Amino acid sequence: MKIIENRKKFFILSLLIICIGFGAMFVNARAGKGALNWDVEFTGGTSMEIDLGGEYDGAELESIISEATGQSSPQIQQIMGTNGVAIKLQSIDSPTRVALVEAVQAVYPDAELKEANDISGTVSGEMQQAAMKATLIAGVAMLIYISIRFHDFRAGGSAIVALIHDVLVALAAYALFRIPVNNTFIAVLLTILGYSVNSTIVIFDRIRENKDNFRPNQMAERINKSISQTLARSINTSLTTLFTVGAIYVLGVPSIKEFALPMMVGIIAGAYSSICISGSIWYTFLPKAEKGSNK
Amino acid sequence: MKVRGRMMLLVTLIVAVLLSMLSYKGIGAEKALSVNRIEQGLDLSGGVDIVYEADQPTVTDAEMKAAISLLQGRLDWSGWTEAEVAREGDKRIRVQIPGVADAEEAIQEIGQTAQLSFVDEAGNVLLTGDMVKDAYKQVGATDPNGPSLPYVALEFNEEGKQRFAEATQNNIGKVIYIVMDDEVISAPVVQTAITDGHAMITGQFGGEEAEELASLIRAGSLPFNLNVIQMKNVGARLGADALSTGIKAGIVGIILVLVYMLISYKLLGFAADWALVIYIGLELVALSLFHVTLTLPGIAGIILSVGMAVDANIVIFERVKEELVMGKSLRAAIKNGFQRATSAIIDGNVTTLIAAAVLFFLGSGTVKGFATTLMIGIIVSMFTALVITRIIVKGLMYAGVHNPKYYGLRLK
Repeated sequence: MKIIENRKKFFILSLLIICIGFGAMFVNARAGKGALNWDVEFTGGTSMEIDLGGEYDGAELESIISEATGQSSPQIQQIMGTNGVAIKLQSIDSPTRVALVEAVQAVYPDAELKEANDISGTVSGEMQQAAMKATLIAGVAMLIYISIRFHDFRAGGSAIVALIHDVLVALAAYALFRIPVNNTFIAVLLTILGYSVNSTIVIFDRIRENKDNFRPNQMAERINKSISQTLARSINTSLTTLFTVGAIYVLGVPSIKEFALPMMVGIIAGAYSSICISGSIWYTFLPKAEKGSNK
Repeated sequence: MKVRGRMMLLVTLIVAVLLSMLSYKGIGAEKALSVNRIEQGLDLSGGVDIVYEADQPTVTDAEMKAAISLLQGRLDWSGWTEAEVAREGDKRIRVQIPGVADAEEAIQEIGQTAQLSFVDEAGNVLLTGDMVKDAYKQVGATDPNGPSLPYVALEFNEEGKQRFAEATQNNIGKVIYIVMDDEVISAPVVQTAITDGHAMITGQFGGEEAEELASLIRAGSLPFNLNVIQMKNVGARLGADALSTGIKAGIVGIILVLVYMLISYKLLGFAADWALVIYIGLELVALSLFHVTLTLPGIAGIILSVGMAVDANIVIFERVKEELVMGKSLRAAIKNGFQRATSAIIDGNVTTLIAAAVLFFLGSGTVKGFATTLMIGIIVSMFTALVITRIIVKGLMYAGVHNPKYYGLRLK
């Protein structure tokens, strides 16, 4: 396979997807909806999920909610494929929540509260920090581990670049599909990280093993060969994982769909980056003498 | 060799059957180690999860303990005996009530401040809980000839001392009601004026109840308020839906993986499927054994780990195929396949483990549940892939399946 020869095309494709993601964030931010669909866990406030039990009128619902809570612009979003809505508000207390549900039930007798969340500003701030900290610590720990195992800082570095790529692609999915960013967000990101590194390592392990089969200035050939040798594995593993996560996405309740969708995007991005990006980056980091004939 | 191979297969078959039965039915009437014993998180059972924070910059351990027993006491009194109250960090308390039908009622009930008051027969409040300096359990005779019983001793502060002296002076021969949250907990008849600032609450209670009441009264004079800083309420139906769809998704996902492995790797795929059944059994037993609380993301973690569990097998089988194509004998190909794949499998899994461990230590609530199941999944899957699959594959080979075609060799 001519991966190294085509590396620039792969880099451009990746950059394009990532830019689309940032573009979506920018457009959303300009529209006043927030760059990402932040959940109350990160912003603080109250969120409620109410199943209305049938058809409903969005404008009417909004006025009911405004009246019960005294907040002029509640965010109301329909939950795909259901009669449920997700409502986001500034934090309200227990009596107000009861009043709100009763007010909705007065108009929609079958309405049922499915889930309620109330998060204060201090907690949401802590969650943001914990998310940042977790991602950074995991990244650094992986970098150290790979560098030690492969005796090569360039290997660790390129695996990490591939990781950042996967995270950015997953972020693009969050921005484009307006997937709520809550505390499963960190879990999704870190799982994608772990998964993608796993794939990259299988390939790097092959590159390490193929050392004796190639001359030092044949790195391009060596990387290409290693990627082809592990290609069947990369594809099959991604497929089996996609089967299981796909089953969660198709059959799951909304809150788990929000978890499965970015995970699927991440798995595909991880497979792509380990095949097309990570080896290419490693190659780019190499000194000229080892690069060989491929410019 | 043939006998040995058959023995290996027989043993793994027995292990697979036993594990499936164990995870399904468990041991004895208690169903120990079975799926039935796996605890469900609030997002599956439905219920409410509240975090309180003291509104003072610093609090002492004793004050926090009093606050915890206050909350515990109120929950018990209201009949939510399954509720759990635990301290979190310096000045936070997490309350979890599973399966509660009306969460808001629970929140409002436990959110009230405990009000201890002393009321006379006419209903006048004579004294309130904030004038109590201390309350503790004592055991002793409450009247000169009576038996030794537990009671609650009260000590008033200066203001309380004066007020109590006055109150007892004015009510000799009458009843003073001791009321907690609108409930009369004791109704003693005043014998003499009490001027030393000490009083006792007697009643029909055992040692533990006296202890609880004492801490409730102490909590009534907590120097801080508890504010709700986080509340999560999951309806029981949503929880039940989440669990049943999660299980359904798991079964569908597993079947897809089993079929795919069989189609892609034929006999080796069959071995991997066999190992996967053992893996799922082990995973469920492990969840039960380590008392992991299963959450919705936790289920996702398990399902995800099934997809990843076969990864190690795929790495190995691809290697075996390659060795066969290179013209190695079946035995050598299998030996080399496992050996050469090991380093990649370990390196890959360790990095995923790093991610899961970081999540476990830094994450909270449901995310921790996800990290736990993922970690257990990774460790168990490494074991089944490297050990169990090897035994099954070797067993098949020794038992007489020699044609390399069944192990993935395709002649072009």
